[in-house]
Amino acid sequence: MKDGARTKRAMLALADGRVFTGYAFGAVGEAVGEMVFNTAMTGYQEVLTDPSYCGQLVCMTYPEIGNVGVNEDDAESARIYVEGLIVKECWRAPSNWRSRMSLDEYLERSNVVGIEGIDTRALVRHIREHGAQQGVVSSIDLDPVSLVAKAKAAPSIVGCDLVRRVTCEAAYDWELGEWELAGGFKRVSPEEMRNRPRVIAIDYGIKRNILRRLTAAGFRVRVVPAFATAQEILAQGPDAIFLSNGPGDPEAVDYARDAVAALLGKRPIFGICLGHQILALALGGKTYKLAFGHHGANHPVLDLKTGRVEITSQNHGFAADEASLRGLAELSHVNLNDRTIEGLRGLGSPFFTVQYHPEASPGPHDADYLFRRFYRLTELFARYGAQALERLQSEQ
Amino acid sequence: MGRRQDLKSVFVIGSGPITIGQACEFDYSGTQALKALKEEGLRVILLNSNPATIMTDPEFADLTYIEPLTPEVAAEVIGRERPDALLPTLGGQTALNLAIELAENGTLERFGVELIGASLAAIKKAEDRDMFRQAMLKIGLDLPASVIARSTEQAEHAVEKLGLPVIIRPSRTLGGTGGALARDHAEFRDKVERGLTSSPSHEVLIEESIAGWKEFELEVMRDRADNVVIICSIENLDPMGVHTGDSITVAPAQTLTDKEYQIMRDAAQRIIREIGVDTGGSNIQFAIHPETGRMVVIEMNPRVSRSSALASKATGFPIAKIAARLAVGYRLDELPNDITRKTPACFEPTIDYVVTKIPRFAFEKFRDAADELGPQMKSVGEAMAIGRTFKESLQKALRSLEIDSFGLESPNGAGLKGLPRAAILERLRTPSSRRLYYVADALRLGVSVEEVCAESRIDPWFVRSVAEIVEVERELSAAGLPAKERLREVKGMGFSDRRIGELTGAGEIKVAHYRRRLEVKPVFKTVDTCAAEFQAFTPYLYSAYEGEDESRPSSRRKIMILGGGPNRIGQGIEFDYCCVHASLALREAGYETIMVNCNPETVSTDYDVSDRLYFEPLTFEDVSAILEVERPEGVIVQFGGQTPLKLAGSLARAGARILGTSPDAIDRAEDRERFNALVQTLNLKQPRGMLARNAQEALDGAASIGYPVLIRPSYVLGGRAMEVIWDEKGLKAYVTQALMASETRPLLVDRYLEGAVEVDVDAIADGERVVIGGMMEHVEPAGIHSGDSACVLPPRSLTSALLAELSRWTKLLARELGVVGLINVQYAIFHDEVYVLEVNPRASRTVPFVSKAIGVPLAKLAALVMIGRKLSSLGFTEERIPRHISVKESVFPFSRFPGVDPLLGPEMKSTGEVMGIDDSFAPAFARAQTAALTPLPREGTVFLSVRDADKSRIESLASGLSRTGFHLVATEGTARYLRALGFACKTVNKVAQGSPHVVDLIRSGKIAMVVNTPEATGAVDSASIRRTALERRVPYFTTIAGAQAAAEAIAALKQRSLSVRSLQDYHRE
Repeated sequence: MKDGARTKRAMLALADGRVFTGYAFGAVGEAVGEMVFNTAMTGYQEVLTDPSYCGQLVCMTYPEIGNVGVNEDDAESARIYVEGLIVKECWRAPSNWRSRMSLDEYLERSNVVGIEGIDTRALVRHIREHGAQQGVVSSIDLDPVSLVAKAKAAPSIVGCDLVRRVTCEAAYDWELGEWELAGGFKRVSPEEMRNRPRVIAIDYGIKRNILRRLTAAGFRVRVVPAFATAQEILAQGPDAIFLSNGPGDPEAVDYARDAVAALLGKRPIFGICLGHQILALALGGKTYKLAFGHHGANHPVLDLKTGRVEITSQNHGFAADEASLRGLAELSHVNLNDRTIEGLRGLGSPFFTVQYHPEASPGPHDADYLFRRFYRLTELFARYGAQALERLQSEQ
Repeated sequence: MGRRQDLKSVFVIGSGPITIGQACEFDYSGTQALKALKEEGLRVILLNSNPATIMTDPEFADLTYIEPLTPEVAAEVIGRERPDALLPTLGGQTALNLAIELAENGTLERFGVELIGASLAAIKKAEDRDMFRQAMLKIGLDLPASVIARSTEQAEHAVEKLGLPVIIRPSRTLGGTGGALARDHAEFRDKVERGLTSSPSHEVLIEESIAGWKEFELEVMRDRADNVVIICSIENLDPMGVHTGDSITVAPAQTLTDKEYQIMRDAAQRIIREIGVDTGGSNIQFAIHPETGRMVVIEMNPRVSRSSALASKATGFPIAKIAARLAVGYRLDELPNDITRKTPACFEPTIDYVVTKIPRFAFEKFRDAADELGPQMKSVGEAMAIGRTFKESLQKALRSLEIDSFGLESPNGAGLKGLPRAAILERLRTPSSRRLYYVADALRLGVSVEEVCAESRIDPWFVRSVAEIVEVERELSAAGLPAKERLREVKGMGFSDRRIGELTGAGEIKVAHYRRRLEVKPVFKTVDTCAAEFQAFTPYLYSAYEGEDESRPSSRRKIMILGGGPNRIGQGIEFDYCCVHASLALREAGYETIMVNCNPETVSTDYDVSDRLYFEPLTFEDVSAILEVERPEGVIVQFGGQTPLKLAGSLARAGARILGTSPDAIDRAEDRERFNALVQTLNLKQPRGMLARNAQEALDGAASIGYPVLIRPSYVLGGRAMEVIWDEKGLKAYVTQALMASETRPLLVDRYLEGAVEVDVDAIADGERVVIGGMMEHVEPAGIHSGDSACVLPPRSLTSALLAELSRWTKLLARELGVVGLINVQYAIFHDEVYVLEVNPRASRTVPFVSKAIGVPLAKLAALVMIGRKLSSLGFTEERIPRHISVKESVFPFSRFPGVDPLLGPEMKSTGEVMGIDDSFAPAFARAQTAALTPLPREGTVFLSVRDADKSRIESLASGLSRTGFHLVATEGTARYLRALGFACKTVNKVAQGSPHVVDLIRSGKIAMVVNTPEATGAVDSASIRRTALERRVPYFTTIAGAQAAAEAIAALKQRSLSVRSLQDYHRE
C-alpha cells in the first residue's frame, strides 16, 4: 500500500539535545529551522505554503497528515516555505475529490524534508516546557551528536530578517476573489476593477488568501515588495494601505518599520500579524518573543468593544508589548488563552491591526468581517479624512 | 453576564427508559447538567421514569420524580413545584417532545415557566421538516430534494417527481424510527404507510436518496452573546444510508480539506443562528458528494445527543455541563476549560489522536430480524477507542466491542472464502453489522481497494487503512513474530496480542511474554482538548505505542474499577450505575479511584466521576497494562457485569488483588457442577437438572428430567440462547444450533417449573453479616427472563413463611460463598416450595431499582464493604421493607425489528426499565405501564386469545375487565369458554379463518388491549396479532399474570387519578 514508505530512517534533533527518530518522507536531505508546532486539524497544505513559516520546522499535532493530498487552489503562495515537516503519520494515498498529488510527492518535488513516525505529542510537550528552539531534521546524517551540534550552531530567529527572503521582487496586481465549492476562485473583470478603491498591500510574505479577501471585500489590490518606501507607495496613489503577515522577528525589519511610520495617518491602514507588529514598532512600541508562539486555528480572541469572541487562526512567535503601547494605540482585541495583545486601533490615526489571521486559510472565518471593515474605513477616509476611524466606530 | 439571578429553580426532564436510539448518553448529559445546576445554587427538580440512572439518585436533584413522562404528570410536577424554568434539551427527543407538548397545551404559560436552552419556536423550526427546510433555503444552504406527505396519496404524487429510490422519514420520532429506504414501488407504499403511523404528527418526508454520500456531523455550541464554537467534527465511515447511530464513526473528520471543512463550519454557525437555539449544544449532520463535493444539510438536533456524548468523550469538552451553564445565563468565555483550568471554555478543542466509535448490535437476540442496516437505528450500544492513528483506534474499538473479536478476523471463521464473486460484492454493498469484517475479508481475497470502495461506497481513505491492516496480517502470518522495532510498529497499528498470536500461530500468552521481554509496552497519553499546547490537570488517559508516557501515577491508596463496556441487552446502564457508585463511595472514603471503560455513553467515562479515567478496551491485555502502571491495591470486578467478571481469574493470576467476593466463589456460583455441589452442601433445593456436553447427553438428560425443560449454554448473561423446550423434536433442533454456537461450553438442561412464581433477592454481605436489600416478586411466571419480567418490591403474594425462607436461603448462600459485596439470588416458588435457580455473587441488574425503592445506596455500601468496612459501621444491619410499593417494568425494542415476534421468553430482550411507586400494587403497576410507553386503556374492547392451559385462569381476568366496563372479544375457543362462564363475548376470526379477522380489527383501531398467551409450540400462528398490536401501539400482554395485573391497574386508574410524589418524600418515611 505504502510504496517505499517507512524504509528510510530520519532524525530530528533539537538544540537542547532532545532527539527523535522516525522515517523520512518527501525529499531526502537535511533542514534547519526553529522548531514550532501547529495545532490546526485541517489545512496542512496552507501551512506548508504560508511564507510566515520561512525559517521554521513545523510539527503538525494532528497525527494523520496527508489524508486529502494537495491541490492547486489550497496553496497560499507559489511554493512551500516550511523548512521541514514533522508528523506522526504521513498518508501516501490521499482521498479527496480535489486532490491532485500526494503530500509525500509534493514535498519531494519541492525538495522539502519530512519526517514521520515521531511521537509528536512528546515533541510538543517538550517545546511547551522548554520553549521554541532551533532544530535539525535529517535523513542523510543520522548521528545524534552531530545533529544536535548542528541545531545548536543554527542561528536564532531573533534579530534575523526573514522578510527579505520571502517578499516579492516586483510589484504586481491581484485579481482573484473568493473561493467557491463549484467554480473555484472568482475572477474580477478589469472593468469592474477600475472603479474600485485601490489598496497597496506591502508584501512581508503575504498569503494569497489575504489578497483574495481584500479583493472580495471590494478592493483593487496591488502588491509591492517589503522594501518599498513610503514615498514610492504614496506615489502610486493608493486609497488604503495593507500590511501583510510575514516571518520572523519584526525588529529586524527596520526598513518596513520606517516606511510604515511615514505612512501613518496618511491613508487608512490595516495590518495582519507581522504587519500588526511592524505597525506597533512604527508607533514607538516594543515587541517580544513568545515562549513557543501561537500556531493553530482555535485561539479565542475577545473583541473588547463588542464582548464577542472570535475563534481565530494564528501563526506568530513574536507579540506586541502592551505596556509599551499605552497612549500610542488603543487595545482592541485580546487573546483569552494568555491575555496577549491581539489587536490595536489608532488613536486619531485611521488604522487597525490584528495579530491573528482573519483571512483564515487554514482556520475559521469568524474574523472575516475585518476586511469589510477595512473597506468601509477606506470609504469613510475618502470623505472624513482623519475622523474616519471615529466614524467607523460609531457605525458599529 | 454571569448567571441569571432571576432563576431560582429549574425543572429538568430526563429521557425515560433505555431504548434503541436513546440510551444512557442522556444519563451522562443529564447527570452533568444536574451537577452544574446544583453547583449554581439552583433548586433542581427532575422528572424521569428510569430508576437505573445516576441522575435519578436522590442526591443529584432537590426533588426527584420517578414518574411517567407524560404531559399530565409533568404538569402536575410543575404545578406543585412551580419552577422558574424548564430545561428541555438534555433528555433526548423524549424530553424535547414533552416540552413541546407542555408549551403547546399552555402548561408552561399557566405556571409562568420559561423554556430555557431552546425556545419553542427554535425547537419547532429544527424538528419540523418543512420549517427546517424553509429555514435552510432562506440562508442559502443546499438540501436533498424532498417533499412532505401527510397521506399516501400525497406520497404517491411526490415520488413521481423524485423518482426511486427515496428515503421515507417520519417526523418527530426518536432514532429515526420508521425511517427507511424504498427501492421499488411496493417497498415505497409499505414504508410510507408505516412511517405515517409511527409519526406523532402523522407526516413523512420523502427525500431524494443521497445514499452513498459521505456523512459528517458537527457538534456546535452557542451562548447568549451569540458566540458559536464547534466542539468536534465527526466523519461516518459508513456512507449515507446507514443511521449515524449504526455507523462506525471517526473523530475528527479525516477526508476534508480546510476549505471544505470551513464551508461546513460556516454553514453550522448559520444554521444554529437561523434556527435560533439560544444556548447549548446542537448536532448538525451534513452529506458531501464524494466526486463533486456538493454539500447538503441533513438535519439538526437542537439538543444534546448521542453524538454530543461521543464528542464530549472524544475531545474532553463536557458539552452537557457547559450547555446547562449557558442555559442559565453564562457566556462561553466566562466558563473555564476544566482540563486546562487556565484557558476558557470558549474555544474549539483540537485533538492529537483519532477516535473511532463502533456500534454494538443485538441481532443474535432477534432471530427473525435481518442483519441489515438502514436509516432506522438498530444498535443497542457502542464502544469507543482512542489511538494515535485511525488504524490503532479502529482495532482497539473492535476489541472493545466484546464480541469475541480482537482484530479484523474473518467473519464466522471461514469468512468470504469460497463464495462466488457476486456474493462477495453483495456483502460489501449491503450495510450490515459485519460489513467492516467483510471489507477486510474481501481485500484478503484479492478484491481491489477500488472495487471495495465502489461497492461499499466507503471512502478510500478508510478502505486503504483496512488494507494496510490486512497487509500487516499477511506479513505476520508469513514471517511470524517480528523483531522489536517492527513489533512496536505493529502494536502501534492496534494489533492485540491475541490477534498477533492467532496470525503468527504463537498464541496470545507467548506473544505477551515475547513483547514484555523486548520491553515493547504501551505508554499512556492524555486527552486534554488542546493537543498538549497547555498543561492538563485531568488524568483522562489512553494507551499508545509511543515514546513518552504521561500517566504519572500517584502514590495514594487507590482502587481500580472495571466498567461494563458497550451496552447490550442484558448488560446495560444498571452496571454502569454500580461502577459510578463504587467510585463515588471510595472517593468519599479517601481513596483514589481509577475507572477503566470503553463506553462513551456512560456516566462512568465522565472524567469528573473518578480521580483517573482510562478509556481503554476491557481485555486482559489492555487492563493488565494499566495495572502495571497504576499498581492499585485492589480491583473491583463485580460491578460491571459479566465483562470484568470474565477477567477476574486471569487478572488475579497476573497478580491483581480482586476486591470483595473471591474469583473462586464467583466460579462456584457460575460453574454448574460446583453450584450443584454448593446447593447440596447447604441442603437447598433446585430444579432437577444436568450438564450436557453433547447432543446425546442433552437428549438423554431431558428424557430423564421430563419435558418441558429449560435449556441454555453455561456462562451467559441475559439468558443468551436460553429456551423452554417442550419436546424431543424441539430439543434436537436447539442442540444442533446451540452446540455450534458455543462449542466448548456445555449446555445446562433443567426442569422447567411451569407457572412458578419467580423471586429475585438482592443482598449485601460483609463477610460476617448478610443483609437483604430487597425481594422482588416477578409479575410474569417462570420462563420469562428476570430482566424482562415486571416485578414488585416488596412481594405481594408470598406468605411471611416463604419470605423468611427466601431470606434464610440467601444468607446461607452468601455465607457459604464468602460473599463480600453484593449477591443476587433467583428463586422459583412452585407449589409452595422454594427452588433456587441461580446465584450471582456480584452486582445485579436490579441494584439501582432496589436502592431507589428502599432508599439505601446498595452499590455504595458494597464498595465500602469491599475495602473492609462492616455493615454495622455503615448503619445497614437489617432489611428495610418500605411501606410504599415499587414496580419495575421492562421496555422492549421490538418495534425496531420488523418481522420479529414480540414474545417474551427465557432469553432477555428488553433494553430498559421504568419504575412506578405508589402505596399499593395496582396504581404502582399502572404508573409503570404508563412510563413504559404503553399507557393502559380505560375503556373499549379487549381481545383475548389464550392457550388451553391458561383457560382455567381466565375467569378472574375476564370478570375484572367486565367490571371495569370493557367489552370482550375472542377467537372461537376462548370465546366459547368465556360465554360458558357467563361473560358476554363476541367472536372474531383467527387470521387463518380469513377476513375480517382479529388483525383487521386491531388495525382498524377497534381493540384497546390484547391478551394473547400463545401455545408453547404454536406461537408462530399468533405472531401477527402481537406484531400488529405492537405496530398500532395497542397494549398487549402475553401472560395471564401480566394481563391480570393490568386489569387491576386499570381499575385503580378509574378509581382515582394519580398524584405525584418525589423520591425524597418517599424516602423520608
